[in-house]
Amino acid sequence: MDASSIIAALQPLVPGASYEAGSSVDFATIYVPADTLVETCTVLRDNPAFAFNVLIEVTAADYFPRDPRFEVVYHLLSVGNRRRLRLKVRTGADGAVPTVQRVWRSAGWLERETWDMFGIVFDGHPDLRRLLMPEDWEGHPARKDYPVQIRKAAQTYEPLEVSETEFKANIERDRVKRAH
Amino acid sequence: MAELRTETMTVNMGPQHPSTHGVLRLVLELDGEIIKSAMPTIGYLHTGIEKTAEQKKWQQVIPLVERMDYLGAQSNSLAYALSVEKLLGLTMPKRVDDIRVLIAELQRISSHLIWLGTHGLEVGAVSMLFYCVRERELLMNINELIAGFRFFPSYIRIGGLREDLPRGFHEAVNAFLERFPEKIDEFERLLTKNDVYRRRTENVGVLTQEEAFDWGLVGPIARGCGSDYDVRKYFPYCGYDTYDFTVPTATEGDVYARYRVRVAEMRQSVNICKQAIARISPTGEWACDDPRVVPPPKDKVYSEMEALIQHFLIYSQGFTVPAGDVYVPVEGPRGEHGCYVVSDGTNRPWRVKMRAPSFMAIQALPYIIHEGLIADVVAVIGSTDVVMGDCDR
Repeated sequence: MDASSIIAALQPLVPGASYEAGSSVDFATIYVPADTLVETCTVLRDNPAFAFNVLIEVTAADYFPRDPRFEVVYHLLSVGNRRRLRLKVRTGADGAVPTVQRVWRSAGWLERETWDMFGIVFDGHPDLRRLLMPEDWEGHPARKDYPVQIRKAAQTYEPLEVSETEFKANIERDRVKRAH
Repeated sequence: MAELRTETMTVNMGPQHPSTHGVLRLVLELDGEIIKSAMPTIGYLHTGIEKTAEQKKWQQVIPLVERMDYLGAQSNSLAYALSVEKLLGLTMPKRVDDIRVLIAELQRISSHLIWLGTHGLEVGAVSMLFYCVRERELLMNINELIAGFRFFPSYIRIGGLREDLPRGFHEAVNAFLERFPEKIDEFERLLTKNDVYRRRTENVGVLTQEEAFDWGLVGPIARGCGSDYDVRKYFPYCGYDTYDFTVPTATEGDVYARYRVRVAEMRQSVNICKQAIARISPTGEWACDDPRVVPPPKDKVYSEMEALIQHFLIYSQGFTVPAGDVYVPVEGPRGEHGCYVVSDGTNRPWRVKMRAPSFMAIQALPYIIHEGLIADVVAVIGSTDVVMGDCDR
């Protein structure tokens, strides 16, 4: 199944979507607009003609200074049909892509890593925090305008100073919070 | 009588824990011995290899990607080399494919041996580690023979191999293949029917096939849940379709099923290696004949002008790769290793991204160990065979 036949089969199932075939040397590539991504993915997973039941990978590539600069790449695998598919979503630095975590659970960390590395916001993601980089890291290292070698001063923290009463109060507060 | 307080307890496990296979940190919320929630923290081994790769020439990336999944080093470099070769449109001579298959299977055995040893160690069969490392030593010696480097040989290159096979290679591989099946029997005698081991692993960390796929777990974990998905069979590369082997599966989806799948995989790998070594002649082609990528032989460099220019170009500027992107998966020891490569048509990669099976396994870990016992956490981590270098890259 090449890209154009997949698009022809998809278009009636997702009303109002405009797809675009991408060039590739391995397997079919489709550009999907961000606003119909979740509907498209749901169809691709549930329709037996596609049955893409595994989300292999979510990643991105930064084509700075092209505009829009990012392409978010989804690699899908259909074990039953022995087929692969690549979806691409174009997005800018301020744009956002909807999360597909409700379609495939494996998207959770993959999208988190993509946000961590590229700063691409995934709308509706429940836990968009740093994954590989430290919590207090600034910037998104995989971007092309992020310097390769940076010098960062060693960060030190004051030792935690909590009195015994404060510590007990914290534990109690935590316990009460969890009880409710 | 005072009312019993029933609060959950939060326990930190790792990052410096002997059974977390590197530096994985888990924050567990316990109700007695039952796990109510778990929160993994990763990133301790993040070294920015993918960013570094963008600054290197195409060929220089090979040693970098080998350091990602450090126990399955050569399946990383195989995935990377295959993806770049696909962009370049190169096809390998049959002998190169056969050597690559042989190396990939030896690497799988080597990785599974470390898995079996550490997994056995963690659930109480301490002596497994010594037996497994003893066998793995022979595979390390083979690596040393072909490349002079035991852990990260960087022997697989874009365009073929680093050089031809050394003298004594066939003898070393054959000696190992001769000896190893007996050793698998020995491992199985120690564990497969061991009552203690079975009680620690049966019905522990159970996953169904749908759940495994939903979490993106393809590889030995999914094959322990009844799937027969194996990249070598579904999307053959390097001529795997010409080898006679089966894909071991189990249906229970627990830790014990994953153990049986991996042990059976080692037997199949020996089977493939025997077929491969019989096909490989002691000397012959070890690279494709594309002058863009493969440096000319040394005697021509000294006698022909064009060869000298080509030699100089390859070692100073490297080669360029046509613009485009490609994803090539291979069946690594931990599951589907894939390499997504983007080229902008220059002599350096624009983007290199490795698909990390360990990353997916750790993501699913809280789900697998939910409502299980704390003692089972170690068994489950062991059974998912995570390598933190692969996870954090």
